[in-house]
Amino acid sequence: MNIIVNNMSKIIYKLKNKIMFISLIWIFVGFTSKYAFDNMDVFNFSLMIASVIGVLPILLQTYQALRVKVVSIDLLVTIAVIGAFIIQAYEESAIVTFLFLFGAYLEARTLNKTRSAIKALTDLSPVTAIKQMPDGAFLEVLVEAVNVGDIVLIKTGEAIPVDGIVVSGEAFINEASITGESMPVHKQKGATVFAGTIAENGTIQVETLKVGEDTTFGKIIELVETAQDSKSETEKFIDGFAKWYTPAVLMLAFIVSLFTKDIPLSITILVLGCPGALVIGVPVSNVAGIGNGAKLGVLIKGSEIIQKFSQTDTIVFDKTGTLTIGHPIVTEAHYYKDDEDLINSYVASIEKESDHVLAKAILNYIGDMNTFKVEQTDVIKGQGIKATVNDLEILIGNQAFIFDNDIKIDMPIIDKISELEQSGHSIVVAAINQNLVSLYAIKDAIRKEVKKDIERIHKMGVKNFILLSGDNQGSVDLVAKSLGIKHAYGRMLPEDKAKYIEKLKQDGHIVTFVGDGINDSPSITSADIGIAMGGGTDVAIETSDVVLMSNDLKQLPHALGLAKAIKYNMIQNILIAVGVVILLLTTLIFGRYLNLGLTMSVGMLVHELSILVVILNAMRLLKFKIKSKSFLNKSK
Amino acid sequence: MKKQSTILLETLTCPSCLQKINNTVKNLDGVDAQSVNILFNASKVKLAYDASKIEIDGIEKAIQSIGYGVIKSATKTI
Repeated sequence: MNIIVNNMSKIIYKLKNKIMFISLIWIFVGFTSKYAFDNMDVFNFSLMIASVIGVLPILLQTYQALRVKVVSIDLLVTIAVIGAFIIQAYEESAIVTFLFLFGAYLEARTLNKTRSAIKALTDLSPVTAIKQMPDGAFLEVLVEAVNVGDIVLIKTGEAIPVDGIVVSGEAFINEASITGESMPVHKQKGATVFAGTIAENGTIQVETLKVGEDTTFGKIIELVETAQDSKSETEKFIDGFAKWYTPAVLMLAFIVSLFTKDIPLSITILVLGCPGALVIGVPVSNVAGIGNGAKLGVLIKGSEIIQKFSQTDTIVFDKTGTLTIGHPIVTEAHYYKDDEDLINSYVASIEKESDHVLAKAILNYIGDMNTFKVEQTDVIKGQGIKATVNDLEILIGNQAFIFDNDIKIDMPIIDKISELEQSGHSIVVAAINQNLVSLYAIKDAIRKEVKKDIERIHKMGVKNFILLSGDNQGSVDLVAKSLGIKHAYGRMLPEDKAKYIEKLKQDGHIVTFVGDGINDSPSITSADIGIAMGGGTDVAIETSDVVLMSNDLKQLPHALGLAKAIKYNMIQNILIAVGVVILLLTTLIFGRYLNLGLTMSVGMLVHELSILVVILNAMRLLKFKIKSKSFLNKSK
Repeated sequence: MKKQSTILLETLTCPSCLQKINNTVKNLDGVDAQSVNILFNASKVKLAYDASKIEIDGIEKAIQSIGYGVIKSATKTI
C-alpha cells in the first residue's frame, strides 16, 4: 500500500503544475458552456472533473501529513472541497482547489525570489577544482575530492575552491563574496586566498588549508542560512499558535456544522481559517532582509538580533582599527644631525627586529635601506630598544626613554614634541652615542567618511555615541572631538570596556558595541549587540551578533537601517495577515445581514492574495538601501 | 558510531512541510531526535544518527517517501 502511494505521490508531485493547468482548462470549459451555451450539465460535469483532478495532490499531502501526525492546511482544504462536492457546489469545489494549487505555485515562485540573495552567494562556491595529482599533472576533480594540503590551480575567471596560501603565480582577486568590496586585490606568493573569491586576472597555485564548510566562505553561508531560519520569541509564539490554530479551526467548523446544520457556512469557516499569511509573513521578511545584508557584506545573525539592533540607542566604539585605520603612519620626521640616510639605516637595522606597530610605521616610512649587523639588543618594555651597531650605542624609544638615559634635548625640540603630542601623535626619538639624531611623529589616521556615517546613524535615532580605547586620553580626545563624539575614555583595558558597557545596560540603554574584532571579545559579548568589522577572521564571525565584512565602517549605517526596515516590514506583514483574518471573519459573520454572501472561493482568493502580498512586501527588502540623498539635503 | 549529515532537499515552500519532515525524521530508529534541525529557507536537513542502526540512505528514503526530493547529502563521522 505504502509503495503504491509513494510511487503515485511521486508522479502526482511531478505533475502538480500540469494538474493545476488541466483543472483550469476544465473550469474554463465549464464556465464557457454555462455562459455561452447555457448548458448546466456540461458546466457541472466539467467542474466535477476539475475538482476531482485538483484535489488529488492536496489529498495526498493531507494523507502524508496525517501519517506523521501533522494536521496541515491541506486537511482543511480537503474537507472543505469534499464537503462542497457532497452538497453539489461543484463551482466552489473546483475554484477553491484551483486557487489553492495556484496560490502554492505562486508562493513557491515568489519565496524563491526572497531567497535569491543567499542563492546568488552559494552559487559562487565552485563545484570542481583543478588539483595537482601525485604525478604532478593537474586534473579537474569535484571540489569534495580536494583535501587539506593539496595544491590547486586557479586560472583567470575562475572561483577559488578552497582557503589556502598562494604558492606560485599572481592574480587580481575579487573578494566581494567575503568582504563586500569588489575592488580586485593583487595577490602573489605567500598571500592568503579565500574560497568563493574570484581570480579576475592571472593564474595562481594554492596550497589548501581549509575545505568545504570549514572555509571562511563556508562559515558565512552556514551562518546566513542559520540566521535566516532563526526565530525570535514572537515567531516561536506564532508557530506554537499556528500548531493549535489549524486543529482549532477544524473543531470550530465541526461544532458549527453540528449546531447550525449549515454545511456551506462550516466549510467556508474551514477555508477562511487557513493560517497562511500569518505563518509566512514574518519569516519572509527575515529571509529577504538577511539576504540583502549578506549580499552587501553585512551579516546579521538572526531575528532576535534584528529586533534588538533596531532599538539600539547607544553605540560604543573602539578606537584603534575601528574609527581609525589601525595602521599608524609617520606623518613627519625631523633630523638633528647630518646624513639622514645613515641615520635611517641605523634606525632601520634595529627596528627591523621589532614587531611593534610603531617600529613597523617607521620602517614603512624609511623604505628599503642598507642595514647593519645589530648586537646586544636590549628591549625595555613600554619604552624602547637599546642596541649596538658598528660599535655605536643607539637608543630608539619614547620621550621617557630618552630622559631616563640622560640624553640632552634642547628646549625647542621639547616644545615640538609636546605640540605634536597634543595633536594626537605618538613620538619616537633616536639617539646615537647620547646625541639626539632624529624624531618621528606617528599618527593613526581617522577613517574617511566616519564622521558622515556617525551623523547618519544619529539621524536614525541613536542618541549616545561613546568612544572607549586603550590609548592615551590625548589621542582619544582628539579622535572624539574631530568626530563629534561627546563621551570618550582612554586607558581602558578590555575588561574595563566590558564593565562600562554593563553599566550602560543597567542604566536602561540598549547598547551596541562596534570593534575590529581584535582584543574586544569581552565588549562584543557584554553588549546587547556586538558588531565586529573586518570579516575574514574567524573570531569576528563567531563571537559577534552582526559582522561587517569589509574592513571599514561604511556598512554600519546600512546595517542599522536594514535592521529597522526588516522590523517594520515584519510589523506590516503581521498587520496585513491579522487584518485579513479579521476582515474575512467579520464579513462572514455580519455579511449575511448585509446580503454580502461570502463564498468559499472568495475566501480562498482573499487568503491566497494576502499570502502573496506579504511575500511581495518582504521582497522590497531585497532592494533596500539607505537614502543618502535625503541625508544630504537635511545636513544642508 | 555516530555520524552527522546535511541533506539538501528540493526547495521547500510550505512551512507545514517542516513539521512533516521533522516528525518523520525524528521518529526513525537511530536518529538523534534532539539533533534534527530543518532549515526552511536553505531547504536543508541537518541531523546526527547512530550509524549502526540507520544509514543515510534510509533517512533519505524516509524523506522521499513523504514527497520531498533529496538532491544530495554530505556525511561526516563524529
